[in-house]
Amino acid sequence: MAVIRDVMPAFELFQPASVSDAQALLKRYGGEAWLLAGGLDSFDWLKDRIKRPAAVIDLSGIADLKGIKPWGDGGLEIGAMTTLTEIVRHPVVRERYSILLEAAESAASPQIRNQGTVGGNVTQDTRCWYYRAGWSCYRAGGNICYADTPQAINREHAILEADRCVAVNPSDTAPALIALDAQMVIRTGAGEQVIAAEDYFVGPGTDITRMTVLKPGSLLTSIRIPGTWAASAEGSGGAGRVQFYFEKIRDRNVWDFALVSVASAMATTGTTIDRIRLVVNGVAARPLRLAAVEDLVRGKPRNEATAVIAGNLAIEGAQPLTFNGYKVPLMRNLVKRAIRGVEDVDWTS
Amino acid sequence: MDILTWGRSPWGQQILTHVSWDLLWASLFAGVAFLIAHASYMVLSAHRKRKAEETDAMEAARTDLPPLIRRHGVGARVFHWVMATAMLTLLLTAFLPIVGVQFAWVTWHWIAGLVLTATIVFHIIHATFWLDFWSIWVGPKDIPELKAEILREFGHDVPGPKPGKYPLGNRLYHLGIVLAALSVVATGLFMMVRVRTPFYTRNPYLFSDSTWGVTYVTHGLAGVTLVGMVIAHVYFAIRPEKRWITKSMIFGFITRRQYLEHHDPDRWVVSEPPREKVI
Repeated sequence: MAVIRDVMPAFELFQPASVSDAQALLKRYGGEAWLLAGGLDSFDWLKDRIKRPAAVIDLSGIADLKGIKPWGDGGLEIGAMTTLTEIVRHPVVRERYSILLEAAESAASPQIRNQGTVGGNVTQDTRCWYYRAGWSCYRAGGNICYADTPQAINREHAILEADRCVAVNPSDTAPALIALDAQMVIRTGAGEQVIAAEDYFVGPGTDITRMTVLKPGSLLTSIRIPGTWAASAEGSGGAGRVQFYFEKIRDRNVWDFALVSVASAMATTGTTIDRIRLVVNGVAARPLRLAAVEDLVRGKPRNEATAVIAGNLAIEGAQPLTFNGYKVPLMRNLVKRAIRGVEDVDWTS
Repeated sequence: MDILTWGRSPWGQQILTHVSWDLLWASLFAGVAFLIAHASYMVLSAHRKRKAEETDAMEAARTDLPPLIRRHGVGARVFHWVMATAMLTLLLTAFLPIVGVQFAWVTWHWIAGLVLTATIVFHIIHATFWLDFWSIWVGPKDIPELKAEILREFGHDVPGPKPGKYPLGNRLYHLGIVLAALSVVATGLFMMVRVRTPFYTRNPYLFSDSTWGVTYVTHGLAGVTLVGMVIAHVYFAIRPEKRWITKSMIFGFITRRQYLEHHDPDRWVVSEPPREKVI
């Protein structure tokens, strides 16, 4: 358990002005370097003295990592150090990618969104308190998951894809970005790497000590959102009208992490679902794209019946822990709502 | 280089967690260094082989022996190759993620572990009731053979004892693999209680933190040891002068000449009826 707060261990602080300078520092310090974006997750770790990096690399002075600019065929490129407030206020995001706006706006509080960055939001570590307390759990390199024991308080933990560790991903923007088929631009020592947003996140089965593919020496520089899923009344990037759905369920309506969230981008012709990307978060160590559900509902009418079978399929394989069984019906109902929409429909569970 | 890794329990106690994965590199290095050293020695040494004329004479005197002599039955060969597949799967699933090849390895690992366990159980029963159980073990009775082998390695013409069914190196290797494999299997079966499988209800508190630490460390030490041992085993399996042993593990037979050249007929008595062809 953390015993000292507000007094950080000593480290070297670097404030590079360019990506190449940051990379040089990452190369020099390797696994001993800590990347600082908005600092909202970082300072918890540092003040609790759980993480003790030799060097902290503050990215806030790198102009290239900030801002939102047009990219590709009607898309956007968002710098990793762009704040959540900037995303919420950006006119193109508001007009064409409202799902990202909703997701970013649902994160924490206005003060935190002013400081927190989209790169930090997608890369932040899990909130599992056993892990964050500094105990030697699997995720911390040990050999036990304290959250997956009969006595554990695991109300917020995983119901899917648990593999020794039952932590969940806390990001609000991650499911929206995956629904938009975003790409993550990563700079490594070997050059630039672009990967799909859904592949950016890793589960414990693949790497139990990381939440993302970022390894020491790697730096998320920007997030590219293609025009394919931009919302418009007439459709975009293909047939059909693109509609979004985002919903985040939390214990209180401000300043809290998601218990479960859902994000969908759906292109419809009339009432028929032409294309869809559906993602849930808060149920596993990574945001889960529900590809089987997408396959099931594609070509079907967007109605209650389709939503019901989608919801039931979504929770197949769920294994609740002692105190998080409520997440199973919650996830099922959120998927139903994402498929069916909530306008003019009598709510049933 | 660290040997062990330590963590902190919720009660603030320092607890063992794993072996340091630096040991993986040490074991890899040791395995490769051994094979380089051995290969160099075999090229440069005066390693004494039985003269061809000597074997010719022995073969002429033992025409009562069948041309092909069964060294391993079907059961023993199937066991060996299934065990080898399970062992390689275990090592790859355990250590590839550590060296940076990330994939969902846990399920593959425990499935391979169960296959290894089943093959070992089969082997113990098979060797106890159907094979010459003691032919693979080493003991004080092998000291004369050890002396003779060492002298032959240094080029001396020693008439002393030749091996029975299994060369001394095979038997020593078997002893090592028994210790390492039983350690890894016994600890691995308990470790399965900590992951989700269809066989157990998870119980991370089956042992105390310190006992779990010893369990994980034993599993890790045996695992990294097996890396070096498997390297050595594969190396000997493909060495030109040992391939007849490897072939016998595939086909089951050795020739009469190989039998007389490498074994002591008094210590490995062939009693089966003559066979003309390899099946």
